[in-house]
Amino acid sequence: MVAEGAARSSFARRAHSFLLRPEASVIVVSVALVAYFELANRNFITNANLQTLSQFVAAPVIIACGEIMLLICREIDLSVGQVFALAPFLMENVNDIGVPEPLAIVAALLVCALIGLVIGLITIKLSIPSFITTLGMLFLITGLTLTISRGYPANTSGGPLLTGIMGTWAYSEILWALAIVAIMHVVLRHTRWGLHTIAIGGNIVAAAEAGIAINRIKIGNFVLTSTLGGLTGLLEAFRVGSIDPLAGGSNIMFLGVASGVIGGTAIAGGTGTIVGGLVGGIMLGVMQDGFTLQGINAFTFDIIIGAAILIAMAANIHLARLRGGGAR
Amino acid sequence: MTEAIRAEGLVKTFGNVVALNGVSLSVARGEMLGILGDNGAGKSTLIKILTGYHRPDAGQVYVDGKPVNFASVDDARAHGIECVYQDLALVNGLSIYHNMFLKRELLWGGPLKLLNHREMRRRAAAALAEIGIAVASVDLEVGALSGGQRQAIAVARAVSTNARILLLDEPLAAMGAREARLIIDLVERLKSRGDIAIAMIAHNYAQTLEICDRVILVQHGEITFESPAGATSAEELLEIVRREYRAARAG
Repeated sequence: MVAEGAARSSFARRAHSFLLRPEASVIVVSVALVAYFELANRNFITNANLQTLSQFVAAPVIIACGEIMLLICREIDLSVGQVFALAPFLMENVNDIGVPEPLAIVAALLVCALIGLVIGLITIKLSIPSFITTLGMLFLITGLTLTISRGYPANTSGGPLLTGIMGTWAYSEILWALAIVAIMHVVLRHTRWGLHTIAIGGNIVAAAEAGIAINRIKIGNFVLTSTLGGLTGLLEAFRVGSIDPLAGGSNIMFLGVASGVIGGTAIAGGTGTIVGGLVGGIMLGVMQDGFTLQGINAFTFDIIIGAAILIAMAANIHLARLRGGGAR
Repeated sequence: MTEAIRAEGLVKTFGNVVALNGVSLSVARGEMLGILGDNGAGKSTLIKILTGYHRPDAGQVYVDGKPVNFASVDDARAHGIECVYQDLALVNGLSIYHNMFLKRELLWGGPLKLLNHREMRRRAAAALAEIGIAVASVDLEVGALSGGQRQAIAVARAVSTNARILLLDEPLAAMGAREARLIIDLVERLKSRGDIAIAMIAHNYAQTLEICDRVILVQHGEITFESPAGATSAEELLEIVRREYRAARAG
């Protein structure tokens, strides 16, 4: 009897500590939404729809992985959606001059990393808030993409194996997203890089006094975010089979940031989880996909999504305040 | 008692301002020195020279009797000098054990260099237990602790690196009686180990005389008074400060 009581209290304790996690409320809401959409029109939990859902989820989640790292160390990248659009054109241009497609992909990602490096250096060396740096880069890169593409869409090339891995197989994009989530979760929770990123956002003076290389870590996270943005753009381009100079943009960037914040990452820095970003991205995806299935008018749709993001963020901020005993 | 750290004739100027004008002091192992004085008297400059943050314009610092010239804070640390600043340098959102190992993290072997959370937890708990600090768990976030507990964690972190010279910058400032008692007890336990020299900047004369073995009074960059704690009183110290104040006004 005692053991049973202990087991029960241990279960209750686990349930309690799960519910206190920032991701928990989002998971609960997501499950409720899935149940609602499945009851409302019997088509939600079908292979075809899960495939669609995974496509809604994958891109914002990969973007979120970068933005979460930046938000935690009190930076942001508004231009990641423009890098998303630029990357496929870089790849095609490099491919056009005779470089094999896999190498062209690597080259495109290297240029994206370089863009992140430039953003980081401008932000750090010139002491410009990253909000401003990346706002400038947002317009600059859009112009660059339009110039390179002359404003026309293009088609992706590459053999079936490559295009399959990069996006045309049913679940390849979400598998990329899950792999990146797994890697970034380990980076954030189990490496010095992640720990120092949190320390910088939590108390930059303490981080400096401890001897943490603040600039190196911030710049590194800008490079990471731009590279992930480029990779997401490539994956989407391969999946769709065509490249649009106006793809991604601020929409995908905000979905990435929203996924992170809904999942419990603090805009003010210092706290956040990669898993939260995945969960937040799933919730946004379920809503987008579910309301689309419901046939809701596109205008109403944006109102619902916007309100849902506000509610989720407000709920998380206030739950965090309760957890922190009002300290934060 | 053997001398741990000694400074001779330290001079430091910032532009036209003479922050230190020939200050000499020494602290022995197992001894606790109180550094008193008004704001702007040069106490912080003194501490910052000893921690390698500032380089003196003239004068020499000795550790264990050997002359040392610190190029950086890390350099001073390598000589066993640790300082707990007023801001404590703790990250509220991180756990106690992460804070205690910040920038000195323990890693698993192997190419991935992953954090060894288990060993850091174990060693942090052992270090806290050794100096008698009670916390429910080293997994607690530092932000959830009281001011006194946070100060205790900062001191524990400083001494867990085998510090032999511990500098405390106003450890009791803005602390309630019970919180202050926690820190006083902790510092006295460290002192009784006999292997650490402690110097503490403070404002409260009575409290400093109670805790410290010896006190010095720093005024406009010079040591104007020095005495064993038992041979002076808060009144005497206050009178010296008043006399100086009147002389400054008359001059």
